[in-house]
Amino acid sequence: MSENRDLNAVLAGFGGQGILFMGKAIAYAGLLDGREVSWLPSYGPEMRGGTANCSVCISDEQIGCPLVTEPDALIVMNRPSFEKFVSTVKPGGTVVVESSIISAKVERGDVSVYYVPATTLAEQHGLNGLANIILMGKLLEATGFSAMETMEKTMEKIVPAKKAHLIPKNIEALQLGAAY
Amino acid sequence: MAIVFEKPKSLTDAALHYCPGCTHGIIHRLVAEAIDGLDMQSQTVGVAPVGCAVFAYNYFNCDMVEAPHGRAPAVATGIKRVCPQNLVFTYQGDGDLAAIGTAETVHAASRGENITIIFVNNAIYGMTGGQMAPTSLPNQITQTSPYGRDVKTAGYPIRVCEMLSTLSGTAYAERVSVDSVPNIRKAAKAIRKAFDVQKAGKGFSIIEVLSTCPTNWGLNPVESLDWLRDNMMPYYPLGVYKDKTAEGGDAK
Amino acid sequence: MSQRVLMKGNEALAEAAIRAGCRYFFGYPITPQTELAAYMAKRLPKIDGCFLQAESEIAAINMVLGASAAGARVMTSSSSPGISLKTEGISYMVGSDLPALIINVQRGGPGLGGIQPSQADYWQATKAPGHGDLHILVFAPDSVQEMVDTVANAFALADEYRMPAMILADGMLGQMMEPVTLPEECGVTLPEKSWATNGHAGDARNIANSLYIDAVELESLVRARFARYAEIEEKHSQHEAYALEDAEVVVTAYGASARVAKAAVREARAKGIKAGLLRPITLWPFPKKAYEDAAKTAKSFLCVEMSMGQMVDDVRLAVGGKRPVAFYGRTGGIIPTPAEVLGEIEKQAGGTE
Repeated sequence: MSENRDLNAVLAGFGGQGILFMGKAIAYAGLLDGREVSWLPSYGPEMRGGTANCSVCISDEQIGCPLVTEPDALIVMNRPSFEKFVSTVKPGGTVVVESSIISAKVERGDVSVYYVPATTLAEQHGLNGLANIILMGKLLEATGFSAMETMEKTMEKIVPAKKAHLIPKNIEALQLGAAY
Repeated sequence: MAIVFEKPKSLTDAALHYCPGCTHGIIHRLVAEAIDGLDMQSQTVGVAPVGCAVFAYNYFNCDMVEAPHGRAPAVATGIKRVCPQNLVFTYQGDGDLAAIGTAETVHAASRGENITIIFVNNAIYGMTGGQMAPTSLPNQITQTSPYGRDVKTAGYPIRVCEMLSTLSGTAYAERVSVDSVPNIRKAAKAIRKAFDVQKAGKGFSIIEVLSTCPTNWGLNPVESLDWLRDNMMPYYPLGVYKDKTAEGGDAK
Repeated sequence: MSQRVLMKGNEALAEAAIRAGCRYFFGYPITPQTELAAYMAKRLPKIDGCFLQAESEIAAINMVLGASAAGARVMTSSSSPGISLKTEGISYMVGSDLPALIINVQRGGPGLGGIQPSQADYWQATKAPGHGDLHILVFAPDSVQEMVDTVANAFALADEYRMPAMILADGMLGQMMEPVTLPEECGVTLPEKSWATNGHAGDARNIANSLYIDAVELESLVRARFARYAEIEEKHSQHEAYALEDAEVVVTAYGASARVAKAAVREARAKGIKAGLLRPITLWPFPKKAYEDAAKTAKSFLCVEMSMGQMVDDVRLAVGGKRPVAFYGRTGGIIPTPAEVLGEIEKQAGGTE
């Protein structure tokens, strides 16, 4: 059995915020940990309508349903996703809110909520476009689905070759989010 | 004694099932002679249609595939992509090629698919007993146009060679007829030319052959030949509609 | 052994086909299988293969027919509405004894339906993939890894029995990424196809044809084909038995819904309910014997599908009235949740005590 926690996550926001990439990174970390993982995107016209979301699971057993309807972890990066998904989180679950975009507060008291102004933080630290990675760093720290070291190794593996120079910035963003 | 006339090697000994006076037999022979002329009998794959020529696989003495109705150009595409060195031809009637299989025909041509289509146009559905074809002439009486083809409701006949000649992928398109000895000689040359175009890898080639259907036209064979000359030829003029070889290989 | 990599189902199917020696792909774009064709378009030209985007699914399946007749290992892929268009060609391929691999990444129907995952084409795949007396091989893998493993087997059986094979996937399996170990990229030796129409003359010539005007001849050909089907049923039915030994409630499902059902069975076991899962891996041939065996110990069956209930017909036939068979399904693109299925298992367990 792994020392890392199981994860049934939903990640949601606008297309272009790097939602699917963030999901892939989480799944890849699970793969590096030698665990069972799944990644399922929303697809079709929904993709082109501006919103994007994906389900990511990590477990030691075969993943049952890769479509997560009751997540134990949620990252939301826009208001429509906040409205749609916060109520679906399991009691005791974790919610990470991109608070530089979403001004609303989570009204339920049975989940752990982290408000991270990721876009603002990214701008302040010269990490433009890496708000998603900052939020992922927070989720990693809050849930322990993998280790920071694995996550760093993941970034080295999945950042496309032509953007390899951005790997250190991705790692910086992860650490920034985890420490926030 | 010297042999002056014999059956082409690329035809089997099977007796043709075509009606008396039908010109399919002549066209079969011309195709077989062209294959023999190229000495490619063992490198040829033919595709039979649905229609009067559905049994063509019994007659051509080479590998044959029987295609679903209208799909012969797609089937030939699959064969040619696997065996580019082979001579691949389809043998199709007007309903098969210009009605149910129009999309397959047009797109094989537009891709410049390096195959040859032998298109037999007799302005009627023969196999099913004489219904209106996409190439039936205005006012032509058929089982399904009993008062004559009314272009207001049934539209106009399709001139296939003219249409396909507009496509860049078409390398050679010619309309011929088998109503007379001189025209049969021209048809033989045209089929050979189309096969040569394919052998040279120039792209899509089609030979449209005006043909008779005495049974469903309700005419005797001689009258049928007259009807073809008097009615079909004016609407479907004979001639070369596209020849990339004459244009130095470039598309129009 | 190769490394575990993270791959999307559609792309994994394509790569597995390439590694199984397939170099010919003919298709037409449709959601949610698009990535498969796109992967082939990228890869095949680099390895002397042929990717061709046809003018329609009808043309695509007929290009497959031609390439298969010419002796190639060939495939096409589509999704539900596109498969309907291919049924003509599939029937002709069966009638001409031609092998090929057809992939259906199912979406909701009928008509244009939706684009979300569905299992509503079970009847089409197993009962009428075309007109006439016929069957095709139908495989229903439940993970990206099993899809990959199925591809080579499907090609091999299709060649051995000279018939089309279908992998019946769905939008979930096609779109999801999972870890997968790909087969080694060593050269595949394709079987000799002496029947191929790729250039023979005279007595040696080959004909690929499905027309038999003589009724007696056609009957005898169809009977010979059904004799082969009987052999396939005997030798090649596949299923997975999970926690079945002492199961009182036997849940049965295939593909994506089997994933959900297995999760529910695990939860039921954790609650002390004796539940198990019988998962057909081949839908044709249907693993009838596994059901006959399970019926000896089970108190009831519960069939779970992403449809209004199609496979349940075959389950009831196989169980032969010996045990009650209940059904739970969601349709139109909705994936049932493990909690819903658990609720149904509890109803069954309650009802049998």
